[in-house]
Amino acid sequence: MNQRRGSVMLGTYYFGLILLLYLPIALLFLFSVNSSASLSFPIRQLTLNWYQQLFDADAVLRSARNSLVVALGSSLAATVLGTMVSILMLRYKFRGQSVLVGLAVLPLIVPYVVLGVALLILFSALQIDRSLWTVGIAHTVVALPYTLLIIASRLAGFDASIEEAAMDLGADYPTTLRRVVLPLIFPAMVSAWLTAFTVSFDEFALALFLSGTQPTFPVYLFSQLRFANRLPIMIALAVLLMIGTLIVVFIAERFRRREA
Amino acid sequence: MTAPTPSPALPFFSRKKGEGDRRSGGGWDRRATFWLIYLPPLFWLIVFLVLPVLFMALFSFRPDMRGNLFQSWTPTFDQYINVASTGSYWRLLGISALTAFAIGLSAVVFAYPLAYFLVFHAGTRTAFYLVLLLIPFWTSYLLRIMAWKILLGTEGVINSFLIYVGLIQDPLPALLYNRTAVILTLIYVWIPFAALPIFAALQRIDPALFEAAADLGARPFHQFVRVTLPMSAPGVLAAFFMVFIPTVGEYVTPLLVGGSRGFLYGNIIQDFFTKAANWPLGSALSMIMLAATLILVLLAARLINWRQLFE
Repeated sequence: MNQRRGSVMLGTYYFGLILLLYLPIALLFLFSVNSSASLSFPIRQLTLNWYQQLFDADAVLRSARNSLVVALGSSLAATVLGTMVSILMLRYKFRGQSVLVGLAVLPLIVPYVVLGVALLILFSALQIDRSLWTVGIAHTVVALPYTLLIIASRLAGFDASIEEAAMDLGADYPTTLRRVVLPLIFPAMVSAWLTAFTVSFDEFALALFLSGTQPTFPVYLFSQLRFANRLPIMIALAVLLMIGTLIVVFIAERFRRREA
Repeated sequence: MTAPTPSPALPFFSRKKGEGDRRSGGGWDRRATFWLIYLPPLFWLIVFLVLPVLFMALFSFRPDMRGNLFQSWTPTFDQYINVASTGSYWRLLGISALTAFAIGLSAVVFAYPLAYFLVFHAGTRTAFYLVLLLIPFWTSYLLRIMAWKILLGTEGVINSFLIYVGLIQDPLPALLYNRTAVILTLIYVWIPFAALPIFAALQRIDPALFEAAADLGARPFHQFVRVTLPMSAPGVLAAFFMVFIPTVGEYVTPLLVGGSRGFLYGNIIQDFFTKAANWPLGSALSMIMLAATLILVLLAARLINWRQLFE
């Protein structure tokens, strides 16, 4: 009896919090189809007008494209580097190994504002102009810990005796990696890539310091927050991107679960 | 009920010495592969992680912004002396740490019942409920914060609703642009994330312990206080640090919902690199923040057995 009551209370709490977590998101959906430009109640009329206007809003679409380019590039780089460090971490033993792995996961704990200004100093000292490249480099650095952890946990699940068997059968190590190890960790690599993609696509704290004349979507969104009448268009795009991100996350999750 | 089977040991963490030696030797192909996959990440991390921090450290000893980094200048402690003698920086660092502490604590308190529900009361739907909880975390950060702005603003949802039902005549300005708004927003953002390590810790508890406690006459409350809570303590600590550490350096949320009254330490760093353009002073402030964070992380690393928690 007591147990039942506790269960009901916990369930109520869970669903209450779920409601609270989804309320603002639902609100954004609502305002993206609200005919009034001001984000307040009461809702006047439902319209898809903002979505229509979105496709004429060049700067908005360009910022989304910039984010896409940066996320694609940085997630690929982070996946390749993460795979390399995973293999070094679990299939080799060498001096300075823990230093390398430590450096690779360090961005997880360095405050983004610190990393952002440090990279800003580096690029200005080397007289490299800020661009999508500089944002992409920063995103690769912060995505590396995620790709490393995802790929390494998959690689750790395989006994190296499989590789030894391949090598006993005459394969050299590069062939063994290509034909045995990479296929085994491939699902984790896809999952890592998609995770790195979402990390980059949504990233704002670093991009604000490092984007030059081409803003990524979060940076552009931030610059437009002051102009109230543009907000519904931004929200409309944000809603579309949110749906896109969720699809990517679900695909990543499916790949990660393909373990057993 | 079955006891959870111990996770298989990671094969390479428990490698014996002799085996490891054989592995690292290998033929020329293994050595060639080593350099091929060793040099790119090493280069990357040195150029884009070690070097920037080094440059920042150098910058913090500069007297001013003049000249580029490679021109010689006389190293000076001026920036650090400036920081040390300015009470408001320390006060803001303290406030930021306290704010992050409060946020970490609240997020853990709010997340614990969630994790408890998921592990012990969600039955077969645990996985589904967990995903449901995490989806908001995967939606755009800036967007969720903006949604709070819409909720809390003077013409926002809460105010316009309260005026609509006639509870108030004038909008409550106190809802936005202060530290409370920052704290509320960040707690909201972190709750699902904080539930994860607690969830992991609760799942690891051997159900036989509950049976033993019940057999020995422990009432549900005592069972929770004497068995469940202590057994989940590592997860609680992990959750706290996983929220606390990124929050100390937070500058985006204060920028969006805090206004100048809600600024945190990260915001003065950002200001010195953008508006005020005093990079040497900003670098000194950054170095202090970095040092403080690393000390906290070392503390967390000593308190928590992370590997056991996430195995």
